[in-house]
Amino acid sequence: MRSLAYTRFELVRTFRNGRLLGLSLGFPLILFFIIAAPNRGEHNFNGSGISIPLYYMVGLVAFGAMSGLISSGSRIATERTDGWTRQLRITPLKPSAYFLAKAGTGYALAGVTMIVLYASGLSLGVSLGAGRWLEMTGLILVACIPFAVLGIMLGHLLTADAIGPAVGGLVSLLALVSGTWFPLGSHGFLHDVAQFLPSYWLVRASHVSLGGQAWSAGGWIVVAAWTLVLAILARYAYLRDTARV
Amino acid sequence: MQIENTIGVELRGAAKTYRTAGTVVHAVRGIDVSIDRGETVALLGPNGAGKSTTIDMVLGLTTPDAGTVSLLGEPPKKAVAAGRVGAMLQTGALIRDVKVRELLAMMAALHPHPLEVDEALELAGLADIADRRTHKLSGGQAQRVRFAIALVPDPGILILDEPTVGMDVEARRTFWMSVRAFAARGKTVIFATHYLEEADAYADRAVLMSRGRIVADGPTSEIRARVGTRTIRATLPEADVAELASLPGVTSADRRGEEIVLICSDSDAAARALFDAYPCARDVEIASAGLEDAFIELTADPDDSSAEAEQQEVLV
Repeated sequence: MRSLAYTRFELVRTFRNGRLLGLSLGFPLILFFIIAAPNRGEHNFNGSGISIPLYYMVGLVAFGAMSGLISSGSRIATERTDGWTRQLRITPLKPSAYFLAKAGTGYALAGVTMIVLYASGLSLGVSLGAGRWLEMTGLILVACIPFAVLGIMLGHLLTADAIGPAVGGLVSLLALVSGTWFPLGSHGFLHDVAQFLPSYWLVRASHVSLGGQAWSAGGWIVVAAWTLVLAILARYAYLRDTARV
Repeated sequence: MQIENTIGVELRGAAKTYRTAGTVVHAVRGIDVSIDRGETVALLGPNGAGKSTTIDMVLGLTTPDAGTVSLLGEPPKKAVAAGRVGAMLQTGALIRDVKVRELLAMMAALHPHPLEVDEALELAGLADIADRRTHKLSGGQAQRVRFAIALVPDPGILILDEPTVGMDVEARRTFWMSVRAFAARGKTVIFATHYLEEADAYADRAVLMSRGRIVADGPTSEIRARVGTRTIRATLPEADVAELASLPGVTSADRRGEEIVLICSDSDAAARALFDAYPCARDVEIASAGLEDAFIELTADPDDSSAEAEQQEVLV
């Protein structure tokens, strides 16, 4: 299988890169323990009805998964500089197989981050029913799709030296306005704007723990619309990206 | 009944113009080249001649603004999708965190009818470093890995863009032996190079480009003859260079210490005139121009400023 050969190659390469793995896991993990460990007894964070360890576990899962997926763009930008993208373009590899490999590798990285953070959450007393875990994880994985595509798009648009600040800034901004660090409340300007961001719905996946409906129809529409628009742009960016960098 | 197409690579009126930051660069200005299957052709020319753009058009990495390109009778993208093309590109670094063998195995898996990975390793002289990580290789070794990447699809058409840059003399010799062995399987090979002796020694034919046009196309011996210049060298301490240059058959004259060098359009007439005017001339040598001289003459700018203006039209 041609498409699987390239996906396997990308997975082997990525998981062999210890520095990459250590940094993508390390940051969310350290942040989680710094914030959540001293506040493990708080069960109604800012009136949200969610405990602090759960709030930050899910928030950092969202943050970690998002940055893991967007950062595939940095690796792509480096590969372009090295001429690897051009070399791949003169093989029969299809664009769809390329996207699958890149998104799949990003998801694998995000998945490892999620598992490690879940384990950390359990160690600080987070407890949810099996159904809640599954629903929350499923929603997070769905909400990550636009970011997987965004990473690939940025990788083919920006150069290796520009993409670092771009990705770092974008992830921080999205995390902040989407409620990763503190609850946004249920009204106000920030809340209204955030509704239109896929990262907001990524963070909202935590509300599964309240037992209510995590995503309204609006959430599904926002995530689907971003996915569609970004996928079209990413495909365009990839197809035109054949020049020497 | 289908008639077998004998053309390997064909460009017809292919042209490409780039627009960047207010300037227009006519990289390739409509070229016609037809290369038969099994031919080995060198693409020569100074920097900015249009070699790289031509190669990008052949590989389907750039679409010509005008004209057509075909590989084995198909458009480049189709030939690439069918795995009929292998290329060694000019690149910065190899992809990291993989072993040489893993990289080649993956590339082989992308193609419908690849070589055995071991055979590609053998052909490129990589058998003993197959288990090394790609980012731990020397420049010459990395270049051989790129060569193996180009070979592993078992392509009908092999494109090499300045393949021996960074190789020492011995590595170059071994490399060209491998290319020859592969070409002998009936493959079409096109290589771009700055090294004229490589074109001379390893190509059946040379295509010489200058400022986006083809200025010569034929066997290297023919190109050398086409220029037709010869040089006369003689020891002649007291002659005036301007007077020498005005002798019949002489295009230009130069002095290097006691020695004079005459570039001649008609060396017979020039030699007669030289002996008539300067009976004391001694150590006279008449030689035909090398490929290097032919290269310089054919690619020289006839008029620097006008050519520059033609190349880059500033947009208002």
